[in-house]
Amino acid sequence: MQRKGIAVKVSYNTAELVCISSARLLEDGKVVFAGAGLPLLSAILAQKTHAKTLTILFEGGVIGPFVEPGKLPPSTNEQRCATRANMVLPTTDVLLLQQRGYVDYGFLGGAQVDQYGNINSSYIGDWDRPTVRLPGTGGGNDIASLSKVIVAMHHEKRRLVKKVDFITSPGYLSGGNSRKEAGLIAGGVLKVVTHLAIMGFDEEKGVMCLEGLQPGATVEKVKENTGFDLMVKDNLYEASAPTEEELRVLHILDPERRYTTARGE
Amino acid sequence: MERSYLELREKVEKKDKGLREKVKSLSEAVALIPDNVHVAIGGCHYSRTPMALIWEMIRQGKKGLTFSKSITATEGDLLLVAGTTRHIITSWFSPGVTWGVSRIMRHYVQSGEAQYEEWSHMSLGLRYKAGAMGVPFLPARSMLGSDVFKRLSNVKEMSCPFTGDKLALVPALNPDVAIIHVQKADPYGNAQISGFPFMDKDIALAADRVILTTEQIIDNSEIRRTPDRTDIPFFCVDAVVEAPCGCLPHECYGVYEPDFNHMDMYVKLMMEKSVDGVKEYLDKYFYGPETFEDYLDLFHVKDIVKATLSAKKGYSG
Repeated sequence: MQRKGIAVKVSYNTAELVCISSARLLEDGKVVFAGAGLPLLSAILAQKTHAKTLTILFEGGVIGPFVEPGKLPPSTNEQRCATRANMVLPTTDVLLLQQRGYVDYGFLGGAQVDQYGNINSSYIGDWDRPTVRLPGTGGGNDIASLSKVIVAMHHEKRRLVKKVDFITSPGYLSGGNSRKEAGLIAGGVLKVVTHLAIMGFDEEKGVMCLEGLQPGATVEKVKENTGFDLMVKDNLYEASAPTEEELRVLHILDPERRYTTARGE
Repeated sequence: MERSYLELREKVEKKDKGLREKVKSLSEAVALIPDNVHVAIGGCHYSRTPMALIWEMIRQGKKGLTFSKSITATEGDLLLVAGTTRHIITSWFSPGVTWGVSRIMRHYVQSGEAQYEEWSHMSLGLRYKAGAMGVPFLPARSMLGSDVFKRLSNVKEMSCPFTGDKLALVPALNPDVAIIHVQKADPYGNAQISGFPFMDKDIALAADRVILTTEQIIDNSEIRRTPDRTDIPFFCVDAVVEAPCGCLPHECYGVYEPDFNHMDMYVKLMMEKSVDGVKEYLDKYFYGPETFEDYLDLFHVKDIVKATLSAKKGYSG
């Protein structure tokens, strides 16, 4: 951040960077369906900074709440998600709003994501005898099947893999036209945001490609930490660092740093 | 698991649909649940969980039950460790993102001892809705192409006869018993839910039998002044139990938020000691107390006061 020619060093950790960077993708005036954890925090951050009329939906069954700073719930299915909401409705109905097309962005975290943007939050290893049974889809599969999705995650080789062990939430499946052929004629992964990069997808191939670098990251470092051969787009850009204002609001929202603990640094 | 339409209708026809009092004790109500049936749990995650009924089911040593619930929290751990179930149908299973992945769920599912049948949240909701509507399935544009779909044996794909669109068909889920906690119900079973309705109305209508616990039993005259707020009609309800604080340590909208200190304590015990930790917890909180009131006595007044005061702010935060 430049101020009168003097570089002001703003300090932040990787989780804060992912949170802020993905919040910036949420445009004002749109509707976002946010999953629990970092997506929830990031959507609220967007609402409190550049996107004042962003409408947030949570799967508990809520339209357009203003969640209280410092009271971010560990679940999107509890009452603190409904503070000052416009409407509360049954879970099935709020999820169906995506099928009808009222949701502009789905917003998810990713335990394991592959080159086609498929997300695994179910099994690490064999399905029948997994080494880790993860919590599962929740509304993740519905969000990824029905909306355009932003994925926020930590950039690690074991998390960004060639092929996920299990497709919990569909991206472009096996690439090409396979998503549409499976019957998923709407939605698809828009961006994957990590602490090293911002990635998009090649429209024809349905394959992830590097679009932007986070401050200080290099193409080499991104490739080193990616489990597949990542395509790099022409006119690669460098994202700007989190601003003091973004960090200030973030810390008000999550004063105990429940969602933005530094990871793998 | 698919049940015949005529059999489902017959169960409903045989119900005593008179406007009659159905108030029962916790133990009488739970005695209505046989072993080896499918019980749907109302609420979602750690919100409006019918904990008093789960507490009593575990104490009565129920066996062989299949549970379904939209999202499963700590009550799933307890039912697995107590041996009440080895089959849970749900969309997500763990205490909550900031608490990590349930070691109990991992222990039983990874070893193959228990089955976690995973459906997408919306699909599970549509299954209850189909059950409530009396149709054998509903179409959806979700789950297609995913391994969640491939892993399930009872979901189908079809081309829409009108448009040719590919659709997933999810089968109706008609539970034998639904257990649901509400804020207010009259003695006949007319139930009024505040806060998130979740899938509870569909669950109640889909089930053969419905057992309600309520924070408070209200007079039928109060229901008749606000019938537009009634979510579950009396004639599908078989038992009403007054159970104040019947979700603790989980939340009940407008009455109490979760007891987060208790949840932290439970999660720590569960994560550190796994099955042994949950056994300790069950001994102290489930098998030890003589009555549900004695269970509530083990909570700390200051925690409950805090949870109650916050909840009273309701939607204004």
